[in-house]
Amino acid sequence: MSGVPGHDGWELVVGLEVHCELKTATKLFCGCPNSFGDEPNTNVCPVCLGLPGSLPVLNQRAVELAMAIGTALHCDIRPSTFHRKNYFYPDMPKDYQISQYDEPINADGWLELPDGARVGIVRAHLEEDTGKTTHAGASGRIHGADYSLVDYNRSGVPLVEIVSAPDLRSPAQARSYAAELRAILVATGASDGKMEEGSMRVDANVSVRRAGSSELGTRCEIKNLNSLRSLAHAVEHEAQRQVEVLESGGVVRQETRHWDEDRGATVTLRSKEEAEDYRYFLEPDLVPVVPDDGWRSAVAEALPPMPAARRRKLGALFGDEPVEPGGARSDQVATVVDLGLDELVEAAVAEGVPAALALARTANEAATDADAARRLPLVSYVALLRMEATGELTATQVKTVLADLLRDGGGDPAELARERGFEALSSEAVAAMVADAIAAHPDEWGRYRSGEDKLTGFFTGAVMKASRGQADGKAVAAELARRRAEP
Amino acid sequence: MSATEGTPAGRLTRQEVAHVAMLARLHLDDEELDRFTGQLAVILDHAADVAALDLDGVPPTSHALSLANVLRADEPRPGLDRDEVLAGAPDVEDHRFRVPRILGEAP
Repeated sequence: MSGVPGHDGWELVVGLEVHCELKTATKLFCGCPNSFGDEPNTNVCPVCLGLPGSLPVLNQRAVELAMAIGTALHCDIRPSTFHRKNYFYPDMPKDYQISQYDEPINADGWLELPDGARVGIVRAHLEEDTGKTTHAGASGRIHGADYSLVDYNRSGVPLVEIVSAPDLRSPAQARSYAAELRAILVATGASDGKMEEGSMRVDANVSVRRAGSSELGTRCEIKNLNSLRSLAHAVEHEAQRQVEVLESGGVVRQETRHWDEDRGATVTLRSKEEAEDYRYFLEPDLVPVVPDDGWRSAVAEALPPMPAARRRKLGALFGDEPVEPGGARSDQVATVVDLGLDELVEAAVAEGVPAALALARTANEAATDADAARRLPLVSYVALLRMEATGELTATQVKTVLADLLRDGGGDPAELARERGFEALSSEAVAAMVADAIAAHPDEWGRYRSGEDKLTGFFTGAVMKASRGQADGKAVAAELARRRAEP
Repeated sequence: MSATEGTPAGRLTRQEVAHVAMLARLHLDDEELDRFTGQLAVILDHAADVAALDLDGVPPTSHALSLANVLRADEPRPGLDRDEVLAGAPDVEDHRFRVPRILGEAP
């Protein structure tokens, strides 16, 4: 779906700028730990405090993670240089940020959305993060603050800024792009993708134009998008605001706007009329980075499979049954890939567990504690799902035992089931309970026999109650069907 | 980029120098503005001399040293002691640098 929700005749044009903190051990230009949440100003040194005479030295791991991101996004990986972006603001004690300007390490790539649409990647360059400022005062916001407090632990943390082409056409597509990019960043090992901790930050460039026009409208940049949900909301609200301005004869000003989650609106932060003049110039303290073919292919070879390939692999487990895009099964596949639980599904299917069952248990139950699930011995997980596939345990019992396995970090599912008192009911026991239920409800049985299928649930419920939940629903249904077929 | 790029030598105006000084937070008096306008014009003259040469096929120089890929292993090193760091701050609160109210958001 494209367009501006609620406004026919308008087209939405969105490009996203995503800042991703790299998961290195140290900062981009010094050996200070790159660590979130430490005591303020404990991971600092002369380089990241901008003390006179200090010199930056580039972190090799950061360069390689940037190259990994570029490879995953099908970019050209190029010789690159660093520039100083000059500005005066206390989050950067040097009074400039070292960034890449006209020669970024990665350029001209693309990302494929789960629905098959391709979004252009203009560039993905390296730069350093800034310190964290907190505005003290009544409002907590910058306007009306009495003073600011600065923590330089984040100053110099390596970032890759990924700039998309203005190829996105709806709030849902913007969200889908950010979600897919996050999955890719996590898969490369470059990032933990935590938007709520600020390790992935998304800014949206939003403009609108009359449907059918090929010119770009004046854009506004939206900041403070702390979740995928707020990204979609903010893009939608901003597009509607711009359409309303234009339809009432007004002009959209190019400016930076702040998404106010509580008010559900964007508000002006600063106008671009105060033209930015960062006086970029080459950083004289750093030499160019020139990756040769050997380095590039070493990075490419070390790259694990990307989410799109992993989703295709899981989809292939269903053989001829296609996984419908946007359907429940496709959501389950996406969840499994997002959480890195692919192996659990693949191992279960390899041991004969039906793909639908393996996928459902993994996406619905194992996913509730993905960290524990990733550590689970495959043999325990597979053995448990086999017990459900063969009818030894009911779905409810399997879910309970799985929770035990996740809690204990593994174990023998058969043993855990016995401890829980989950004895599999023999087929004789099930047959006897079904016979009891039939005897107790002759009228309902008559109606069921004459074709009222919905009464299956009634009898299954009666047997479940009698067995205190231990009977297998499928076995009960099978016994009911067998009895009905008797002359 | 500055408005002076590519303009012929001698065209650098006092106003442009005042603008650049403002961006760099330098407070220049009238005498200094005159002096630096002249000095900067000489530097731009030199750049114009280089630009006038036939440089097709000469790659831009990005660094005075012909080095590339000077890299550091991703291994943590101890930094500075926090008390020592904050001792150099003009003002401190909650182990953080306390700075005057900031007008406008970070760029």
